[in-house]
Amino acid sequence: MSVDAETVRKIARLARIGITDAQVAPLADELSTILGWIEQLGEVDTTGVAPMTAVIPTHLAWRADAVTDGGVQAKVLFNAPDATSGFFAVPKVIE
Amino acid sequence: MMTVLTDLSIAAMKSGLRTRDFTAVELTEAHLDAMARARHLNAFIVETPDIARAQAVAADAALAAGTAGPLAGIPIGIKDLFCTAGVQTTAGSNILKGFTPQYESTVSGKLLADGAVMLGKLNMDEFAMGSSNETSAFGKVISPWHAHGSDGQPIAGDLVPGGSSGGSAAAVAARIVAGATGTDTGGSIRQPASFVGIAGIKPTYGRCSRWGVVAFASSLDQAGPMARTVEDCALLLTSMCGHDPKDSTSLNVAVPDFAAALTGDLRGKRIGVPKEYRLDGIDPTIAALWDQGLEWLKAAGATVVDVSLPHTKYALPVYYIIAPAEASSNLARYDGVRYGLRVTPPGGNLADMYEATRAAGFGHEVQRRIMIGTYVLSAGFYDAYYTQAQKVRTLIAQDFDAAWNVCDLLLTPTAPSAAFAFGAKADPLAMYLNDVFTVPASLAGLPAMSVPAGLSADGLPLGLQIIGRPLDEVGVLDAGLAIERAAGFSARP
Repeated sequence: MSVDAETVRKIARLARIGITDAQVAPLADELSTILGWIEQLGEVDTTGVAPMTAVIPTHLAWRADAVTDGGVQAKVLFNAPDATSGFFAVPKVIE
Repeated sequence: MMTVLTDLSIAAMKSGLRTRDFTAVELTEAHLDAMARARHLNAFIVETPDIARAQAVAADAALAAGTAGPLAGIPIGIKDLFCTAGVQTTAGSNILKGFTPQYESTVSGKLLADGAVMLGKLNMDEFAMGSSNETSAFGKVISPWHAHGSDGQPIAGDLVPGGSSGGSAAAVAARIVAGATGTDTGGSIRQPASFVGIAGIKPTYGRCSRWGVVAFASSLDQAGPMARTVEDCALLLTSMCGHDPKDSTSLNVAVPDFAAALTGDLRGKRIGVPKEYRLDGIDPTIAALWDQGLEWLKAAGATVVDVSLPHTKYALPVYYIIAPAEASSNLARYDGVRYGLRVTPPGGNLADMYEATRAAGFGHEVQRRIMIGTYVLSAGFYDAYYTQAQKVRTLIAQDFDAAWNVCDLLLTPTAPSAAFAFGAKADPLAMYLNDVFTVPASLAGLPAMSVPAGLSADGLPLGLQIIGRPLDEVGVLDAGLAIERAAGFSARP
């Protein structure tokens, strides 16, 4: 598997990680090496094998659909980079 | 007296505290002194001496009143992946610098409720992604160990403590704490324990609640204790385990008193030796130690059988699809909105803020893994990579299931090498391969521990790994105890 520059830019955009032009070529090399190595999985015959969904079989517990928590606005906002009037504030979005 | 106190096992500390040979305050002060002397190791991101002293005073009062919990007064460190109320928690990342949780993780809360004294938050690879502690945004952790030449003289150069629980490993080995929490996603408790000559156990997936533990790969992440003896691991594990409704994968099963269950008697136990773990070019010292370990277990009453885990060679590539895939999803939450770092370029919009924040906040290895995960989950590649990896993961788990038909436990080396030098594995693939023996048990959710068993040719610790059936931590710990007794590992940094 060889990852090209366009693919690196696409992955970075999907991952919301800003990268510089200078990072593209080294990242393409690194990702190609790692993806090339994991491609050996293709040689395993998995016909009729179910993908794992739970490593230790257990059933998800149900609980009553009831309010169990809340009233902690100050705690929720405590670590916010920008909390304004009781909200998380972000840069203006104008489409 | 001060230096002697830091050498004690947790079991001996419990005994000494109850007979009032020393107080929890004295014990804590001795460890705080050790912490101050060992700052060059960079094992801690945050030291919490004020909290520790207050907890020690409370422990002494509880001991005097007869209301003390099972870990009253025991000085421990908490890996910086566990959220601690009011104490900075960063997962070793710039993106969480300054993050102060307003709640306590279930596991650290259980330890504190049992009376443990928290000395601080332990350094680690960023978001637990690493096997050497070189990826922490707070600087590398240095192992207290040094290699020695054939002339017995120390060889210059610092060594890695392993990772990702490298701060935990270094602090326990250097006698700064009596025990520590670690987390293990692909070997992050066992490999560092092996590198610094201590014990560590990753319990069955679901034994320890993941609530309040910064998520890396949720289907693999599992907390566990690291300490200098098997019994000490058992004491901490008993406190850390238990059902938690706040973690949907937490197992609702009874928690044994793991320490009380220890016997070291392996009569009737069958120990499997997986042939696929005998890699071409395996270090002869490690191969010999593995054989010695089997002899020790036989001497404790066990029998040894050869087993095959045919899909072992695919475990690492499976892991490096599943773990980055889950990480890319889990780490999407770091967007500069609710907590942590925010970087807004001048005139930038919301999308610009996301990209700038994540570019500045995540280190190189974390960015690489997020991008790998994003790629394998992207449209057109999902089935070829992610679904295929989950299918092979099923086959790996079935290999273990088949082995349990003929054996009760598996014995393997913990890592293919002793601790290495900083920068020795600059190639990411070379670093990933160091987890070759630990990753399969993680993928199958099995309990596994590392116990110090011997020394490499240059005098560095080597561990042996015991893997057990789901929920058979008692069996794993018992075999660990048998090796510990037979090995008589007394080397120290």
